[in-house]
Amino acid sequence: MSPSLHLLRRKAVNIVMLTLTGLCTLIAAGTLVFILGYLFIHGAKSLSWNFFTQLPTPVGETGGGMANAIVGSAKLLLIASLVGVPIGFLGGVYLAEFGGSKFSFVVRYVTDLLNGVPSIVIGIFAYTVIVLPQRHFSTLAGGLALGVMMIPIAVRSSEEFLRAVPVSLREGAMALGASKSQAILTVVIPAAKNGIITGIMLNLARVAGETAPLLFTSFSNRYWSPGWEQPIAALPVMIFTYAISPYEDWHEQAWSAGFVLLTLVLMVNIAARLLLSKRKHVAR
Amino acid sequence: MAASTTVASNTPRPALPARSVWRRILSGDSLAYSVTFAAAAMILLVTGILVWELYSNSQASRAKFGWNFLFTSTWDPVADQFGALPFIYGTVVTSALALCIGIPLGVGAAIFLAELAPPRISDALTFLIELLAAVPSVIYGLLGIFVLVPILRQVEPAIRAVLGWTPLFQGPFYGVSLFAAGVVLAVMIIPFIISISREVILAVPSDQREAALALGATRWESTWDVVVPYARNGIMGSIFLALARSLGETMAVTMVIGNDPKIKASLFAPGYSIAAVVANEFTEATGDMYISALIELGLVLFALTIVINGLARLLVARRNMA
Repeated sequence: MSPSLHLLRRKAVNIVMLTLTGLCTLIAAGTLVFILGYLFIHGAKSLSWNFFTQLPTPVGETGGGMANAIVGSAKLLLIASLVGVPIGFLGGVYLAEFGGSKFSFVVRYVTDLLNGVPSIVIGIFAYTVIVLPQRHFSTLAGGLALGVMMIPIAVRSSEEFLRAVPVSLREGAMALGASKSQAILTVVIPAAKNGIITGIMLNLARVAGETAPLLFTSFSNRYWSPGWEQPIAALPVMIFTYAISPYEDWHEQAWSAGFVLLTLVLMVNIAARLLLSKRKHVAR
Repeated sequence: MAASTTVASNTPRPALPARSVWRRILSGDSLAYSVTFAAAAMILLVTGILVWELYSNSQASRAKFGWNFLFTSTWDPVADQFGALPFIYGTVVTSALALCIGIPLGVGAAIFLAELAPPRISDALTFLIELLAAVPSVIYGLLGIFVLVPILRQVEPAIRAVLGWTPLFQGPFYGVSLFAAGVVLAVMIIPFIISISREVILAVPSDQREAALALGATRWESTWDVVVPYARNGIMGSIFLALARSLGETMAVTMVIGNDPKIKASLFAPGYSIAAVVANEFTEATGDMYISALIELGLVLFALTIVINGLARLLVARRNMA
């Protein structure tokens, strides 16, 4: 092969491969646009006010909504935050402020491990711990499953934002006579507050869409679920049940529910990311 | 401020050692330490209980079937005969297919975003693509059933015309299949591969690129022969993380895989995955052996993802050290 041909070939490979990488990006980003576009168009079309105010209707009767599932999701998330946020946040404080020992290495390692556990396995855990002894599905069991799922991310994000607080702030507080705990409580945590709250919002948005751990913990319910001891409906579980059902009307409802769920999740994500990136720019 | 001055002025040393311990606890340092330590220990405890529950509740099934559980393919709840092979097969095949589609697309896009795209466009596109990772899996399942499966039915003759001679694309095609599950998983893992791989490629020192370009390499040669090998461990790490995620993915797979516990060579055939069978049959399971077998499936899935995640961490951590 003559040198000039060789060069031509290399240049051609260069152009072809670079174009291909661009194409990959286009496909990946295009998928998102397609998913969002399809869901928004299809979901918004079948969305009505009844969706937010009515209970599901019996099979065969059209209309109805998912008011109970919306309230159900909110109740499950409340329990989840009561379980996941204190453990996750305080664990994060430990790692960021008192860490450095072998114990904190183990804690980090196990947190990563817990983060990698598939959500359905967490569901089995909540089932064996709460549902099996009680012999019935309950809101508590579903909330516990979601709460356990929140822990690893809560630990990680709290630790990260606490560590991002400059050491000089801590030293300043201590130089003024504050004890370590006073410095943490009155200076470090307030400085990291916004980041930590954003992290928790992202975390909630993530578990709000979880379906698998709820299937056999909070199960589902076509009526209101008073108290915390009964099976309860949740939006993602309703989407699943309605999507695999054979009824056309239920499919439309599943699209509406998908639309509502995705809108909530994406709004939280976009807001959180914008907040965080703004903060980063200021810090630079 | 006010708090610290009061502390400074009220510190006459207490005479009794018992009181001094009490005072120290009240002053907060030990208290803060104990409370946060308890929370950290709680994480270990929860994980420990999780593993123990999986282990002890699958006792009956492990005792009855032993290791054969993993290597037999009869799944007959009526006869209390359980073998996990079809589910393990379905899980592995769909994840492998997802990687086959996801790795080229993901790494390609990561190269483009890190090396070629102007920073602003790159940031905007990465922002968009990372949003894909936030979409709940049940939504992917919904789109899988009502959008992807009909599309696959349309393009199926084309695929069959090109690849129909292989055993992978034979037999009737109903839409719901191992193939559909693999495609949905690919869409779900691509954002992970892109966002981590892009970070590691961006972290490659620019001397490396400049040296290659100065030696006369084309843009592609400097990227493929210099930058990508430099970032190789990190990229491998992102792939393992994506794999662990796709192995444990439940809802989207359950909705499109077809839920048929048979082992077929063809990707067009319906199949079943570990996570999907647990999701579908857990609430209907009657009989202790049935529940026990499903929990053992959970244990298998747990072990599988732990190993893959461990490998991923190893690779990503090694990069950080380098």
